[in-house]
Amino acid sequence: MQLSEDVLLDMHHRMVRIRHFEEAAGRLAEESRLPGFLHLYVGEEAVAAGVCVALNDDDQISSTHRGHGHLVAKGGDFERMMAELMGKATGYCKGKGGSMHICDLDLGMLGANGIVGAGVPIAVGAGFANKYRDDGRVSVVFFGDGASNIGAFHEAANMAAALVLPVVFVCENNEYGEFTPRERTMAITDVVDRAAGYGMPGVIVDGMDVVAVHEAATEAVALARSGQGPSFIEAKTYRFYNHHGVQTLGMKYRSDEELAEWKKRDPIDLFEARLAESGVLTAEDAQAVHERVAGAVEQAIVFAEESPLPKAESLYEDVYSGVTP
Amino acid sequence: MTVTEKEARTLTYGAAFNEGLRQVMEEDPDVFFAGEDVGKAGGVFGSFVGLNDAFGDLRAVDTPISEQAIVGLGIGAAVTGLRPVVDLMFMDFILVAMDQIANQAAKLKYMFGGKATLPLTITTSAGAGLSAAAQHSQSLEAILCHIPGLKVVMPSNPHDAKGLLVACIRDNNPTVYVKNKRLLGLKGDVPEDLYEVPIGVANVIRPGSSVTVVTYGRMVQESAKAADELAGEGVDCEIIDLRTVQPLDIDAVTTSARKTGNIVVVHEAVRFGGLGAEIASQVQEQAFDYLDAPVGRVGAPFTPVPFSPSLEAEYVPNADRIAEGIRETLGM
Repeated sequence: MQLSEDVLLDMHHRMVRIRHFEEAAGRLAEESRLPGFLHLYVGEEAVAAGVCVALNDDDQISSTHRGHGHLVAKGGDFERMMAELMGKATGYCKGKGGSMHICDLDLGMLGANGIVGAGVPIAVGAGFANKYRDDGRVSVVFFGDGASNIGAFHEAANMAAALVLPVVFVCENNEYGEFTPRERTMAITDVVDRAAGYGMPGVIVDGMDVVAVHEAATEAVALARSGQGPSFIEAKTYRFYNHHGVQTLGMKYRSDEELAEWKKRDPIDLFEARLAESGVLTAEDAQAVHERVAGAVEQAIVFAEESPLPKAESLYEDVYSGVTP
Repeated sequence: MTVTEKEARTLTYGAAFNEGLRQVMEEDPDVFFAGEDVGKAGGVFGSFVGLNDAFGDLRAVDTPISEQAIVGLGIGAAVTGLRPVVDLMFMDFILVAMDQIANQAAKLKYMFGGKATLPLTITTSAGAGLSAAAQHSQSLEAILCHIPGLKVVMPSNPHDAKGLLVACIRDNNPTVYVKNKRLLGLKGDVPEDLYEVPIGVANVIRPGSSVTVVTYGRMVQESAKAADELAGEGVDCEIIDLRTVQPLDIDAVTTSARKTGNIVVVHEAVRFGGLGAEIASQVQEQAFDYLDAPVGRVGAPFTPVPFSPSLEAEYVPNADRIAEGIRETLGM
């Protein structure tokens, strides 16, 4: 697949946006400037960026507890994201959702989710609506290797296949379900093996290679869009920080050597080397992208910190919708 | 209206449900329904008969036996603009789908800062009396009523079975519509046109002066029988059919409490932690000075629903036990 320069640069930009947003969020959490839990996406950027660049603006995605990267990749606004992470009234969810429920329905981002695997049936429902309206839209569900052990995933995967829905299953296999390695929680090495049980085609891709992810996603999306039903992509990837936050809380559930090995394959470094080699983006130009994005993140932090907290009475708002006029 | 025409419009509770669903689907192309056996087979209780033929597989959807995915299908379709009705065959099965109902459907709008709209209706069938035993007979409305974001209705007659269903489907919130299995064959007058029974509005089905019986679902019929029995003893019962249990029309209850001075709450669900406890508490908070006696409660004992007909008869409240409960409250 020959990718245009625009596509390559778009993927690079989205990866860099995720990286800087997440690094900043981690730093703020370390400084106790963010309340609540924080699950960082650093290391997995190639998956969200590679997939989302293969989507149209009106396609939908559903996400996980590690959801900032997906929202950024779908076009999320830094200011509203950072404000939400700080629990401010100007945030995406008016400070009612926070990191684990961040969303932008206008961008087709149907929400991060605090319950592992719970976004899978919801994305399948969006896929059903797309088929119902015959509007050519596709929904993508991001989930982890850990989520592939929960019932909701299996029910929804079977239903998507049985009803021939335009859905793409993207498993981000980062080898750990929270703090427990995959080999202690499943008897298979490749999560994609599960796709066959539902009559779904599946592929394994290097989740640190954004081009590989993008090519697989483009094929899967085309399949779904042409009415041929769901398919499954397993992206082998790794999270560079802890399950939540930055520190490992003294837990030695993975070795420093293992982490160092994976960091040698940092998806942004790999991609930038490739872009430089092919003359698409020089090291200097890449640096300029980083600086521009870092500046935007800093601006978002200022915006968020200067934003008001939610008014007390908003606690009682948005529980119910008014009846159809 | 002549007597003949009126008789022609007598429908069963189950048929009234079916007619309401059909009419609202004819009216709104965004409405579809999905669930186990609801398509070609027409539903295990026949509630969906004929609708797959009328609307096809995309609007009358047979699903796998996958309660979480069924509710998730409804949530995803609702949040992207459709108006789904998803059926969980027995109310006991809501427990299988509880994450999707309680953690997802009920909370999405709030967690998303008000942005999401979830016009989702979950239909299900509750109630004992068919020897269906402990996993196919429960009345679990109290669990649902405890979760902010949900609305819960429990119609007691064919008229409300249709009108509340229409109201639920047109409502922009996740609603749980609970049929009672023993009422499916109950006949009553049902208007032919498409109409709503408003959610959250109770109905005084029998005015009275001695005591107020607050009830809903199948226990409305049993309470009416008890009231007939007590009339012979000089007790004039007022009966309030709540129709909706979340939101609760507590004003209707306290207004009546101020009039009669006595309240007895009757439900088929287990008494402990049931709606009766909430109603009793709110009534004493708001109308304590008007009460002549503590609020009475009639409900099922704290046991699972038994299988054997003889045990089940002992379990489910009936007119006699309701009458006994009322006498107790009145000190008779």
